Amino acid sequence: MRVHAQRVGALLGGLLFPALSMADWTVNMTPGVTGTSNDIFNLHMTIFWICVAIGVVVFGIMFWSIFAHRKSQGAKPANFHENTMVEILWTLIPLVILVIMAIPATATLIDMYDTTESDIDIKVTGYQWKWQYEYINEDFGYFSNLTTPSDQIRNRQAKGENYLLEVDNPMVIPVGKKVRFLLTANDVIHSWWVPDFGVKKDAIPGFINEAWTRVDKPGTYRGQCTELCGKDHGFMPVVVKAVPEEEYNTWVADQKAAAEKERELTQKDWTMEELMERGKTAYATACAACHQADGSGAPPAFPALRGSAIATGDMAAHIDVVVNGVSGTAMQAFGGQLNEADLAAIITYERNAWGNKMGDMVTPKEIFDYKNQQ
Amino acid sequence: MSAVAGTHAQDHHHGPASGISRWLLTTNHKDIGSMYLIFSFTMFLLGGTMAMVIRAELFQPGLQIVQPEFFNQMTTMHGLIMVFGAVMPAFVGLANWMIPLMIGAPDMALPRMNNWSFWLLPCAFLILVSTLFMEGGAPNFGWTFYAPLSTTYGPPSTTFFIFAIHIMGVSSIMGAINVIATVLNMRAPGMTLMKMPMFVWTWLITAFLLIAVMPVLAGVVTMMLMDINFGTSFFNAAGGGDPVLFQHVFWFFGHPEVYIMILPAFGAISQIIPAFSRKRLFGYAFMVYATGAIALLSFLVWAHHMFTVGVPLAGQLFFMYATLLIAVPTGVKVFNWVATMFRGSLTLEAPMLFAIAFVILFSIGGFSGLMLAIAPADFQYHDTYFVVAHFHYVLVPGAIFGIFASAYFWLPKWTGYMYDETLAKTHFWLSFVGMNLAFFPMHFLGLAGMPRRIPDYALQFADFNMVSSIGAFMFGATQLLFLLIVVKCARGGVKAPAKPWEGAEGLEWEVPSPAPYHTFTTPPDVK
Ligand code: HEM
Ligand SMILES: [Cu+2]
Repeated sequence: MRVHAQRVGALLGGLLFPALSMADWTVNMTPGVTGTSNDIFNLHMTIFWICVAIGVVVFGIMFWSIFAHRKSQGAKPANFHENTMVEILWTLIPLVILVIMAIPATATLIDMYDTTESDIDIKVTGYQWKWQYEYINEDFGYFSNLTTPSDQIRNRQAKGENYLLEVDNPMVIPVGKKVRFLLTANDVIHSWWVPDFGVKKDAIPGFINEAWTRVDKPGTYRGQCTELCGKDHGFMPVVVKAVPEEEYNTWVADQKAAAEKERELTQKDWTMEELMERGKTAYATACAACHQADGSGAPPAFPALRGSAIATGDMAAHIDVVVNGVSGTAMQAFGGQLNEADLAAIITYERNAWGNKMGDMVTPKEIFDYKNQQ
Repeated sequence: MSAVAGTHAQDHHHGPASGISRWLLTTNHKDIGSMYLIFSFTMFLLGGTMAMVIRAELFQPGLQIVQPEFFNQMTTMHGLIMVFGAVMPAFVGLANWMIPLMIGAPDMALPRMNNWSFWLLPCAFLILVSTLFMEGGAPNFGWTFYAPLSTTYGPPSTTFFIFAIHIMGVSSIMGAINVIATVLNMRAPGMTLMKMPMFVWTWLITAFLLIAVMPVLAGVVTMMLMDINFGTSFFNAAGGGDPVLFQHVFWFFGHPEVYIMILPAFGAISQIIPAFSRKRLFGYAFMVYATGAIALLSFLVWAHHMFTVGVPLAGQLFFMYATLLIAVPTGVKVFNWVATMFRGSLTLEAPMLFAIAFVILFSIGGFSGLMLAIAPADFQYHDTYFVVAHFHYVLVPGAIFGIFASAYFWLPKWTGYMYDETLAKTHFWLSFVGMNLAFFPMHFLGLAGMPRRIPDYALQFADFNMVSSIGAFMFGATQLLFLLIVVKCARGGVKAPAKPWEGAEGLEWEVPSPAPYHTFTTPPDVK
């Protein structure tokens, strides 16, 4: 089947655009790196060749009629206009072909739905416009954001090799293990897709969907969100690193230690400068997509923060908006997404950046207490 | 009904009123048909302009021309305008012009309602298009407007969008009632149901589909309206609602809707192919049954648009089998068209060129439909450019080419003049090349992993996107030629005889060209 794919590729590419064949003219699905993706690929190629065969016969007869039975060739029209036998035949033959096709498709589908006996469970949550991965048995989790710089997107800088398909923190999974994904979303519907795994499943607020994969080949696999989820739908890629098991175990240990350290940050005494510095980076990843790096926003959906009533007003109200969000708008509740240090840093930053001169600050500890009172 | 038809019969010696009131107040099926067709073409150009914006942005990777917010508004408005503004009204226009002529009726059964259902459309689209200039912009959630993106997260203009959809729905339902009433009550004596031209049959079935599903569309947008403005939570998980419910309701409308956009084209093609093959349509009865079967099955396949939503396995299997099944009657249609051409005596005037392209390219769209119906494979195809390729293959060379074929076929009857055959053939070939260049590479893009509805893409997709954009510009520009051809034809040229096509059959060719303002005031005899 893989040979077929290459042949089709070469054929179509070669036929259509011979002069341009040096460029990236991928024309077919990838067979991928999992059992599921290979099954899907085989189904895809089978049905493709069935369609080609039907097409050759039907269009063949049609072109024959167009060339041979032309009035200008002196063709006289025949008189027949019905034949029940023929009609029944060309109802039944396609039916049989479809039944034959449905059998392997059913088997593959049943296999894809079997999410039992997983070795590792990862909860995947879609947010506008990033993914959160939580290793639910290991008690840590993190966000995965696009890292392609805005300058590349706006054509001010040459585009990198993995343009739009690169993130800060990829998902990491061990090879050879059955990994189960539990998918949901925080705001609108997203869809998590890694073509090489043959896994695509919608992440829907209020629902938990399941999918699974077992990757045999270490490597970095890239995909994208495939359900329109708002303005930055095209800018929330999925990157998964499949690594050998030992490497995975070390990585998990590191993550746990880092999570512990994050928790300690809350207790530390922070200065204004430290908060502003941390705030600037945290703001860039969590807030700038909507409110813009210079706080100018994109009204009316995304209000400006520079000089805004919230950012230059009462501290408690400001904390409330950031921690609890504003229901019915795109402003999410960041209390559950960011740690206390980042929340405190961002709020402090917003009150003292871009000409906002409140001069006050809030510490991670205060945020921690605020959240606990609720 | 008969009373209305009666008064009409009495003043048949009147020509059209003069000035603007002819168009505002007309109850004449030919005038209303023309207005529908002109409106549809205007919307086609507007929706096409938006497509040009989309393709210009996608010409190269990176953001060049528009911002992602506006890009989403363009894809949404393009889809809505093409579906509800271009394709559907064009078929209603053809129905208005041709159904009375084909069944030997003096007019549509409900002429005043006919006027009303047309004039609602410009109102609806004025509202819809005006959202582009509102604060927060036009709808930006795709023509499928999935909740909660379109409810909790929608722009303020969403309420106007809902209102516009309601008006369009009312218009469509009234149009459909009119078609049913006309076809069932006003056929000339002797024209039994199984003697009706295929175009009349397919439209009758389409009209029933419309009546069945437009209220469902109205229901789903009303639920949105309640969620947005009156605090309900039909689709809001936080309030105990269900975002997936939206998709079930939407696609219960949406799948029959795609057949609403193709069945009348099936009918027109079934008139045109026999005419230019000089041979009767093969398997008329089977064609009627196949149309009916498609219509019935179309209510049972909606969740094939939702294979990745997390439907339980049993549901998934049911919808996969039902979808595969619908390909069978669709196949029967294609086979019968080919059998009609087989051993005919063919000539290739513009209507026939469009009809042949229809058969080939629609079938390619059917093939990709078959691939999409295989649920496990759909996990890879879904929401990629492969789906975009699929539905553009069934809609552009399907619905749109069907409309062009019909227009060229009946233009002599409408205007009284022959159109310019050379220009029409040029229109055909440029459209054919342009549309294949635009949409064929989209299959490759989808299979290589490019999601749909994105304003910017990874570098490996750059080459085919550029090809596609070039094809799209070519296709878009070519449509101005069609405008020229029609205007030229309406203004004069070679006079058309009553029956300009040697092999054409049907009552419409028995009245002079152009068809007089009032026709069949006394019903013809059908043998
Ligand atoms: C052989 C018959 C057909 C089959 C088996 C078929 C199957 C499918 C399937 C399975 C999908 C969902 C793909 C996905 O989203 O993953 C789809 C999408 C679509 N089909 Fe078809 N189809 C057929 C014919 C048609 C026709 C005749 C039309 C319209 C004239 C049509 C219009 C559409 C549209 C508009 C969509 C995409 C809707 C959207 O998501 O925006 N299809 N088709
Ligand atoms: Cu469908």
